[in-house]
Amino acid sequence: MKLHAWLATAILATASAVQAQAPIRIGAFLSVTGPAAFLGDPEQKTLELYVERLNAAGGVLGRRLELVSYDSGGDAEKARTFAKRLIEQDRVDLIVGGSTTGETMAVVPLAEAAGVPFISLAGAVVIVEPVKKWVFKTPHTDRMACDKIFVDMKARGVAKAALISGSGGFDKSMRGECLKVAKNHGIDIVADETYGAGDTDMTAQLTKIRNSAGVQAVLNAGFGQGPAIVTRNYRQLGITVPLYQSHGVASKQFIKLAGDAAEGVRLPAAALLVAETLPDSDPQKTVVLGYKQAYEARFKQDVSTFGGHAYDGLMLAVEAIKKAGSADKARVRDALESIRGYMGTAGVVNMSAQDHMGLDLTAFRMLEVRKGDWALVQ
Amino acid sequence: MSAQLAQFLLSGLTVGAIYALVALGFCIIYNASHVINFAQGEFVMIGGMAAASFLGAGLPLPLAALAAVALAALIGMALVKFAVAPARGASVVTLIIITIGAAILLRGLATVVWDKRIHALPAFSGDAPIAVAGATIAPQSLWVIGVTALIVCALWGFFNRTLTGKAILAVSHNRLAAQLVGISVQRVLLVSFALSAALGALAGILIGPITFTSWDVGVMLGLKGFAAAILGGMGSGPGAVVGGLTLGLLESLGAGYLSSAYKDAIAFIVMLAVLVLMPGGLLGGRATERV
Repeated sequence: MKLHAWLATAILATASAVQAQAPIRIGAFLSVTGPAAFLGDPEQKTLELYVERLNAAGGVLGRRLELVSYDSGGDAEKARTFAKRLIEQDRVDLIVGGSTTGETMAVVPLAEAAGVPFISLAGAVVIVEPVKKWVFKTPHTDRMACDKIFVDMKARGVAKAALISGSGGFDKSMRGECLKVAKNHGIDIVADETYGAGDTDMTAQLTKIRNSAGVQAVLNAGFGQGPAIVTRNYRQLGITVPLYQSHGVASKQFIKLAGDAAEGVRLPAAALLVAETLPDSDPQKTVVLGYKQAYEARFKQDVSTFGGHAYDGLMLAVEAIKKAGSADKARVRDALESIRGYMGTAGVVNMSAQDHMGLDLTAFRMLEVRKGDWALVQ
Repeated sequence: MSAQLAQFLLSGLTVGAIYALVALGFCIIYNASHVINFAQGEFVMIGGMAAASFLGAGLPLPLAALAAVALAALIGMALVKFAVAPARGASVVTLIIITIGAAILLRGLATVVWDKRIHALPAFSGDAPIAVAGATIAPQSLWVIGVTALIVCALWGFFNRTLTGKAILAVSHNRLAAQLVGISVQRVLLVSFALSAALGALAGILIGPITFTSWDVGVMLGLKGFAAAILGGMGSGPGAVVGGLTLGLLESLGAGYLSSAYKDAIAFIVMLAVLVLMPGGLLGGRATERV
């Protein structure tokens, strides 16, 4: 696992002209293997790629960056052990990592006690709410996805919506957040159905929703094959009100699985997914396109929003170190908190003492499936 | 209101037919060896994943399906050769545990040989839903129901009309006596594993367009299929179908009229009740302990 750090060092020792000063050490613990490998794998690759690129460009403040990375395998206990090692033995200057919320929350007390800036790559709101002095995060939250969807529903004149969600962690969390914020948008949730992991047919639940009085739109909070089955069943039953999916299925695979049934489905997604189709005037275009091209050229696989979170985490750290003029932990933390107007793959970041994520709803784009591809909803 | 009921019934039939198809696979191996093969769900997965990858390689659907079924049958035989046969003389419980191990191995292999993504198979005859009494059903569901019915008949013929089928039943009733009259237990095992693997794979291909397929699709399907087989009476073909349909209808009516959050619980509570009252399952023969 330390091999990554080694490789990065070895390659860059030759490339970098500045060798006199000690390197800035960036610690990472990521779920590179295990059930959350789809998160940790692109994150790890992104960190390696960009540490390399930054060093090739002369490092930060004239100092090399050194990545010390461990594979926590999706296990909160392991994450805690590795974070301890990063802080006590590797003596890193800051930590970028934590692919899942569970791993992140296990490490939060350590970072807080040791006073090490910690930029998490996990989704849940609890990471930054309430605000923790040393903890920041880069991904958007499921509450923001709910907000984005409800804003769009409202714009289409929807007042009563139905909810159908799976039984996984992601699904449950998003369902809870959506139920919580629906009132703020003046939307009444009139039906709330669920389905199990591995369920093969959701027509019973959808029939119930169809027969609930006054449903004007349906929101499916889910992940994996469930939403694709829901979408197909939805068309099979001939339900005509708009169907919304979550950012959990924001990938080409969803369109492929659901086929023609996906036409007209809307969902919120990060700009990274539609990098090419963004108008040139979009301030985010250069950032997301640059990252997408660099990643895909190097690893020959499709870019994912998860890798984008790692890109944002690393770049925010670099930005803060530059701003602080040193890698001193307390000064970097203060600098992180004062970052304004930084453009990342997730959107514009405006940190503050009350907000350690700094994203607003512009972080999400509302997409609609048209002719088997994503189209931006204006 | 009646249209709603019709939809719940059709949904239940769709799901039930899928469970029944998986449950049938459990019967054959159980009949031959009294082993409950917990890798049955993995055969379903192999069928779907192999068909998807053969399709991706450019084979037409019938050929891809045939190749996938053949591959699964080979894997079934390899399972006997390398895992079950070496444990000759071990108790049934040991053999069942071996099949659990095989299931984990097959899932792992699938992630390496194929990938961890979800794949869809094309529906055999289009996606346009068929309307029945104000409710709708997907054409693929009719395929599943039809093929399930065919397989039940074919299995009945196989076990009652062919020598191999009768040999399997003979081994199931009394292994020693069967050996004494010249039946090779080894061959019976080989045939039954190959057959149920092929059946599982066929199920995986048939339901692929409805449920999609991925490396871990076998876990839940295997569990539900097992539940259906137990409910209907382990080892009985018609029992598997009755069990599967009952389970499917319970789930769909439970989700429709009570609560979708508790639909699995509702189905399993009814199942427990049935088993307490009829330990042999709905259509199971009365279990008699030989002394």
